[in-house]
Amino acid sequence: MRLDCPHCGKRDRREFTYRGDALALLRPDPGAEAAAWDDYLHNRDNPAGLTRELWYHDPCGTWAVVERDTLTHHVAGSQAAAEADR
Amino acid sequence: MRLEGRGLIDRTREVAFTFDGRRYSGHPGDTLASALLANDVRLVARSFKYHRPRGVFGAGSEEPNALVTVGRGAAQTPNTRATVQELFEGLEVVSQNRWPTLERDVMSVNDLAGPFLSAGFYYKTFMWPQAFWEKLYEPIIRRAAGLGALSGEPDTAHYDKAFAHCDLLVVGSGPAGLMAALVAARAGADVILAEEDSRLGGRLLAEDERIGAKSGVGWVEDVRGELGNFPNVRIMTRTTVTGAYDQGTYGALERVALHLADPGDAPLETFWRIVAKRCVLAAGALERPIAFADNDRPGIMSAAAVRAYLHRWGVAPGKLVTVFGNNDDAHRTARDLAAAGVKIAGLIDSRRDVSVADGDFPVFSGGEVTGTAGRRGLREIKIRHSGGERSIWTDCLAVSGGWNPTVHLTCHMNGRPVWDDGLAAFIPAEGAVPGMTPVGAARGVFSTAGCLEDGARAGQAAAEALGLAVSAVDIPGGDDTPFAFEPKWRVPGRRRAWLDFQNDVTVKDVELAAKENFRSVEHMKRYTTQGMAPDQGKNSNIGALAVLADATGRAIPETGTTTYRPPFVPVSLSAMGAGARGKGFAPERFTTSHSATVARGAPMIEAGLWYRPSYFPAIEGEFWREACDREVAMVRNHVGICDVSTLGKVDIQGPDAGAFLDFVYTNMFSTLKVGRVRYGLMLREDGHVMDDGTTARLGDAHFVMTTTTAAAGQVMQHLEFVHQCLRPDLRVRIMSVTEQWAQFAVAGPKARDLLNDVLDTPIDGESWPFMACGAVTVAGVPGRLFRISFSGEHAYEVAVPARYGDTLFRHLLSLAESMGGGPYGMEALNVLRIEKGFITHSEIHGRVTAFDIGMERMISAKKDCIGKSAAARPGLVDPDRERLVGLKPVGSVRQITAGAHLFNKDDPATRAHDQGYITSVGWSPTLESYLGLGFLRRGPERVGEVVRMVDHLRDVETLCEVCDPVFFDPEGGRVRG
Repeated sequence: MRLDCPHCGKRDRREFTYRGDALALLRPDPGAEAAAWDDYLHNRDNPAGLTRELWYHDPCGTWAVVERDTLTHHVAGSQAAAEADR
Repeated sequence: MRLEGRGLIDRTREVAFTFDGRRYSGHPGDTLASALLANDVRLVARSFKYHRPRGVFGAGSEEPNALVTVGRGAAQTPNTRATVQELFEGLEVVSQNRWPTLERDVMSVNDLAGPFLSAGFYYKTFMWPQAFWEKLYEPIIRRAAGLGALSGEPDTAHYDKAFAHCDLLVVGSGPAGLMAALVAARAGADVILAEEDSRLGGRLLAEDERIGAKSGVGWVEDVRGELGNFPNVRIMTRTTVTGAYDQGTYGALERVALHLADPGDAPLETFWRIVAKRCVLAAGALERPIAFADNDRPGIMSAAAVRAYLHRWGVAPGKLVTVFGNNDDAHRTARDLAAAGVKIAGLIDSRRDVSVADGDFPVFSGGEVTGTAGRRGLREIKIRHSGGERSIWTDCLAVSGGWNPTVHLTCHMNGRPVWDDGLAAFIPAEGAVPGMTPVGAARGVFSTAGCLEDGARAGQAAAEALGLAVSAVDIPGGDDTPFAFEPKWRVPGRRRAWLDFQNDVTVKDVELAAKENFRSVEHMKRYTTQGMAPDQGKNSNIGALAVLADATGRAIPETGTTTYRPPFVPVSLSAMGAGARGKGFAPERFTTSHSATVARGAPMIEAGLWYRPSYFPAIEGEFWREACDREVAMVRNHVGICDVSTLGKVDIQGPDAGAFLDFVYTNMFSTLKVGRVRYGLMLREDGHVMDDGTTARLGDAHFVMTTTTAAAGQVMQHLEFVHQCLRPDLRVRIMSVTEQWAQFAVAGPKARDLLNDVLDTPIDGESWPFMACGAVTVAGVPGRLFRISFSGEHAYEVAVPARYGDTLFRHLLSLAESMGGGPYGMEALNVLRIEKGFITHSEIHGRVTAFDIGMERMISAKKDCIGKSAAARPGLVDPDRERLVGLKPVGSVRQITAGAHLFNKDDPATRAHDQGYITSVGWSPTLESYLGLGFLRRGPERVGEVVRMVDHLRDVETLCEVCDPVFFDPEGGRVRG
């Protein structure tokens, strides 16, 4: 599998480390309820289809939001996490 | 038997080889199989289960019978297909799975027991007693049935792996593949043409055909010449594409030097990962056998293979050949052989009312082979035909049951092939692999003309899809006879008829499976082992499927197929894991002090990828504990030197660097003064401790963080995550500088005296108090000095650019030694920190909170930080949690062990009563006792209590006193001294 690094372009997946759903970008407020933190920390969907997920490109240190289809592994595109929609 | 004047071999040269110790000779261009057949060697192997005599069946990588062991000694390679192994001078080959010799194999008695060894025999017979499996049944079965064996010695040969990228990957170089490659190459596409064989041409090498005005082989040579002139074409022969993966990634095995007597520096094999924008699959088709009684004798061969031996290698596999088939290729076989002067004893065609226009041999239409005879090779066949029954003397029977398109690669990404009634074969499903277009015989287009057109069309489509302009395509003419056949899978009869030659699976086995309700094709496969041999059912899957369909009263498409998985051919693990043996498995990271350390005889231990000294023996043979005790005392009384460069060093700069650190650490860093260092605790967002370390402020907007050795990578990734994903608003940049700086701890009461011999400007206690930091110069080299301590002693860490590390280390050692000190290793470092109750990742192992290690007050109330919310969850601050304590043995046994569990004194040592566990242990020469750190329920409340320690693994038990984790110098006077 090859993923798009927003800075380096298409790279082999061995250069990346997977983190999980891009939900990790949406950190709750410090005072948020326990349920909100629980959702943020632990609860994830397991969709068959399109996902937005975070990958770390180890060589350049960029966190990318990658849109990937879990059924086909088709990568629709990627965005630097720092600039991604939240 | 070699025929005069035919074949693509170099008859001017002889190549000598041995088979089972006997010398033979062949020619350059021969495979082992063609050379053996040319020397009239028919018996080449014994079958897997029944030890039946077997000969060469095919001419390609799908060969089911002729598996041999090539080479001697460490590098001997078992299960090499004789049809793939090219001949070279001095090639040594031995047969397999026989004892004492191939001709007289004792285990062939298995064949007499054949009626009892049917499908599921092992499952039914060797059921109990259960203990017998491992000790008795399995070893016997393994010895009796099997393939070749490895030498058992390490393979010293060289293998490689490689990556390639292209616009278009063409798999196979028959007429379809060559046309596709040619059209795309002319349009300017970057093309990789992968051909499994040593020569381009595919079936054209094996047939007597014309393309345009040229011979098939002549046309291939022309195309090869043209392709060879394109800088944008890479021709890879001896390269089998083994698998199709996501996004146009293909695995391929190149047999780089397996055909050479002396590979020199070349790898034997290279495993490629090829990333292609488009792929044209021109993998051709595999001829299928027909199952009839005793159809596995040496001399019974695929008809297509017989033609290949005739045309490509000038070999007639028999002197009196019969042909049995259900299609016109059978006729072609008989015709070609007859034209070459080989005597044809008969053509048996299962179709009724067929005739051969120009054949001087008997034709039996509506015929079938009902039996065969000949102990070590075919001697006679029995046939039944429209005109009755009869026997025919023959030493070679060429069988053709039609063709199966090689759909394998189209199925590697969950694609299911589609049944084509007209072809009675599975063809690739549309779009089964994105970007891949099957062409020619691989999608059921069997005529040469059709293949040329199909290939050209696919080459053009691929080029256009890549945005390249294609000029007019000139397609040469070829044979366009339509493929005429009638399905015929098996000849009914009572004797065993083989489907899977390689695993000895017969029609009866499949029928038995159906009868015993293994009706699903996947169940049948596992019950009978059909298709589970090295050929992965290439010769037998469809035949077995047809028999199963028949036995269960279903149509073939209803019955379905088993799953085709990569690799297409066996791939040696040495090739796939090339470079990863021994030290190649993981990179090694060496500190700048490595050579000086190794020179002193220090045993090295791994710390992640790093290598660090365990201890420095003062004299040869010094026991580690003696050395450790000596080094601890040296640091406590004099001065010790330790390389701490492996700790992660992260340079953090920017106007918001302080705010950033406030967010990643639990405690405050924005208030840290320039020139000062602070200990920091870092949590994961789930409230557990991630890492700890010191961070120094070198300037207003410049910090240097240290991490533990183990977590350096994880922390770096975490810092980038926090910045890029959570706080992109902060103006800060983060950079790992671990390898840029060599850093050494100078620890002990004489540390400052030593440093003042090293630093260009002397330091004193006032200008450099505990936790001070700043720039220094060391012999004119700009460096950094940090007054921090992991030993509890008056200590510093001095850092210089890595290129000065070796020199500085040696210099520090000689100074230390002149002061009664010296280097110390990880063992001493560990004891020193346990005496002080300092934690490492033995304690912060991922399941502990700040509360558990007594640092809950380090979570600042004045600000938010990563992990703060979660750390406040009731479960993570429950006083009943296991919390950090010190432990000292007080029982009759004065030893404590890491990993041991803790129990209340009078409780049984069972899980239900578990009170905690020990994480770190060391013998303290300072306090003359074993000391431990561990976690105990309500630990800090229980200081002074005596608990029971039980190490169930090492069988050690003692009583321990619960202590404060800081055993030595709790007031911290020494560190400030």
